[in-house]
Amino acid sequence: MLLDLRGRSAHGDRAFRWIAIGAGALVLLILGMVALVMVDRARPVLGEMGLSFFSSKRWSSADGMYGALPFLWGTLFTAAIAVAIAVPVSLGVALFVTQVAPRWLKKPMVYVIDLLAVVPSVVFGLWGVLVLSQHFGLGRSFLTAGIILGIMITPIITSLSREVIETTPPSEKEAALALGATRWEMIRASVLPHSKGGLVGAVMLGLGRAMGETIAAALVIGSALGQVTVNPFASGNSMPAVIANEWGEADDMHKSALIALAVTLFVITIAVNLIATAIVQRSMRHSRGKST
Amino acid sequence: MIVGPLLDLRGKPSWRGARNIAMQVIMGLAVIAILIPLVAVVWSVVSRGAGVVLHAFPEFFTAEIPVVSRRAGPGMGPAILGTLLVTGGATLIAVPLGILGAVYLHEYGGTSAFAKLVRFLATVMTGVPSIVMGLFVYLTWTMRFGYSAFGGALALACLMLPVVIGSTEQMLRLVPANLREAAYALGASKSRTILTIVLPAALPGIVSGSLLAIARAAGETAPLLFALGAATAYNPNLFAGANTALSLQIFGNATSSFVAAQDRAWGAALTLMLLAFLITLTARLLFTRRS
Amino acid sequence: MIIESATESVKALRPMQRRAAPPLEETAVVFDAESVEVFYGSFRAVRGVTMKIYKNQITAFIGPSGCGKTTMLRAFNRMHDVIPGARVAGKLYYHGVDLYGPDVSATEVRRRIGMVFQKPNPFPKSIYDNIAFGPRVNGVKNTSELDAVVEKSLRSAALWDEVKDRLRHSALGLSGGQQQRLCIARTIAVQPDVVLMDEPCSALDPIATARIEELMRQLKSQFTIVIVTHNMQQAARVSDRTAFFTAELDAKNDQRCGILVEYDATAKIFSNPSDERTENYITGRFG
Repeated sequence: MLLDLRGRSAHGDRAFRWIAIGAGALVLLILGMVALVMVDRARPVLGEMGLSFFSSKRWSSADGMYGALPFLWGTLFTAAIAVAIAVPVSLGVALFVTQVAPRWLKKPMVYVIDLLAVVPSVVFGLWGVLVLSQHFGLGRSFLTAGIILGIMITPIITSLSREVIETTPPSEKEAALALGATRWEMIRASVLPHSKGGLVGAVMLGLGRAMGETIAAALVIGSALGQVTVNPFASGNSMPAVIANEWGEADDMHKSALIALAVTLFVITIAVNLIATAIVQRSMRHSRGKST
Repeated sequence: MIVGPLLDLRGKPSWRGARNIAMQVIMGLAVIAILIPLVAVVWSVVSRGAGVVLHAFPEFFTAEIPVVSRRAGPGMGPAILGTLLVTGGATLIAVPLGILGAVYLHEYGGTSAFAKLVRFLATVMTGVPSIVMGLFVYLTWTMRFGYSAFGGALALACLMLPVVIGSTEQMLRLVPANLREAAYALGASKSRTILTIVLPAALPGIVSGSLLAIARAAGETAPLLFALGAATAYNPNLFAGANTALSLQIFGNATSSFVAAQDRAWGAALTLMLLAFLITLTARLLFTRRS
Repeated sequence: MIIESATESVKALRPMQRRAAPPLEETAVVFDAESVEVFYGSFRAVRGVTMKIYKNQITAFIGPSGCGKTTMLRAFNRMHDVIPGARVAGKLYYHGVDLYGPDVSATEVRRRIGMVFQKPNPFPKSIYDNIAFGPRVNGVKNTSELDAVVEKSLRSAALWDEVKDRLRHSALGLSGGQQQRLCIARTIAVQPDVVLMDEPCSALDPIATARIEELMRQLKSQFTIVIVTHNMQQAARVSDRTAFFTAELDAKNDQRCGILVEYDATAKIFSNPSDERTENYITGRFG
């Protein structure tokens, strides 16, 4: 051979590649193990209770009855209140930041909203239990939990909505303005229709977060058993709150029941998140396709 | 001679204009609505927490936690150490692995089927409720090896991993392809290019994204509930023995009927919030300064 | 931008006629391409390129955009390897060794065949570390040795006097022209055999361009240079040999594919091309 163009040892290169692949595969491994371990541990109670685990209102470790309906209800009800509070505020803030606020005000506002996202959930819980429920006469109830969860998901929905709204091509906005539309008419005619899908996705991601939130709910929801009611001032309980509050004193079957709650929560939140992600990605792709 | 304006281009009061203004006022009100809870929470924490912290400064940060919770007096030292241990441990596990995972996704996997699967599952993983991760770590780790800060670190690491992967992949996407080409054209191998050119170029963004994940993790409570056990004394051992954390102390004392315990909760909340804000602020400064 | 009119380009061509390419038999062949084709997935970007590149000459690739000249250039140092789906077919020999042979390592190839890119792309590191990157990759650790390489490379790239007092400053603080000369210095710091240049002046102003062209003339005694340029005057000014590429519509799949139309001494290409398509392009009657 005239010239040696063979590479020197490429072992290091190959090893690094496999390490990176391994790190990626870790995600798969962890999620797989979470699903496997949890479902395995939940089996005793699900075998015993069958579908009545989801339909019975009776939850009593003393007689081995585990009906999770009140907690399912509590989770959904508080999450719904949270979304009802968070959506109008988030949308208003996102529109204000992107369409109305002068340039100099935009950045500080985004900072402040992000700061709200960093406040630990247990601090919100503390504030909820010692300030909101005591001094505003709300007590510990679905409503108090809903308000706290609403405050917690507002920054998430706001920043996602902001990102979605900002993908509106300027040309579409200018088209509306050029026809003599006011700013609000421009928002209604171009911005909102354009961002509809993404906004729905953002709200659903917030919903998923509200359902999975444990600590704040555990502190302010009131830990009452058996409540399936639309009265927002009633005390109740939610799935993650029950797990957090009862795990310490649970026997084996009771633990299995709590794990079954965790599995239920896992499945619901993942389903909500998947749908949300799919909607956001589809609408983002859609809008990018249109603007280029 | 000009008699008057030829054209009247002044806006006329109209129903449309009024609605336009009304809607913008509503948006402004939304901004106020989002500020109210932030200000209220920060005010409560600062006004109630500062008194507690300053009344016993600096013992509040250093003294051990009273064993009898109704007794007044300082002490969050072990909880501060616990939070640092747990968060630090989680960072050491999740940040390198997360960066490597993102390197796989962006530099090697690209649009391959496996990379798409991993990316998809990382998104799924960000949606897993933290209490579920806490239970998972309890079942697989704590039940076998007992209470330790490391168990809490594992649970937090599981929560941080997908977040670090996501933010790092975004930052890698911002590194211009021509930098990689320049390195390849000099005969650098792929791993060398990634380690010496791509990652350093993306570093400020990666650090900033990781810091945000750390700030969130530092405030987590649910994943620690089952892993740490309960302790009131310092336990600097990461791998053995019950421990505690600021968030656990807040959770435990929040529902206490004793004022002394509530006070410590507010003090711990102030400490935790300052810690989280400080980390976030550092992240912001890092990213804006360089980009 | 320089306004290109027919008279100006003719004026620019004058000096070329004084310079004749050396007789081919006496110069060594560096690259020998036989029916080279490059694919991006199923899209064929270039086909049937057969040509020889000679040692210590400047070879220019010219042609309209989309004619595959850059694609062909990147085939010479296996830069297509890093693009998923890209593939090179045909035979491409480098000093008689098949560049795409089974034992050949792309990184080893690129160490010998360097590349300067269209847009200056210094690493976001110091000037010193930019130059030292290549030698370090190739195992040089000794500080004084690195210092010497850095100084020598920067001197060769006519950049030393401008930057010698701020070697530790970020390379991103340099002007566009300085950055491109830094990239050239970085490339020659690994002492390559060939330097490929992909439109190295397209992002630069006329003064910076003139300096790079001057530099190329100096470097040609040490290196073999292949340059892709969209600027015909530049090809005429600096190159010894010129290859004219164009894109042809493939009737079968309705896609455009690059082909090599004519390859000859630069003086010949610009004064008396043998192909009508070359003549049309040179005189501005193209398309």
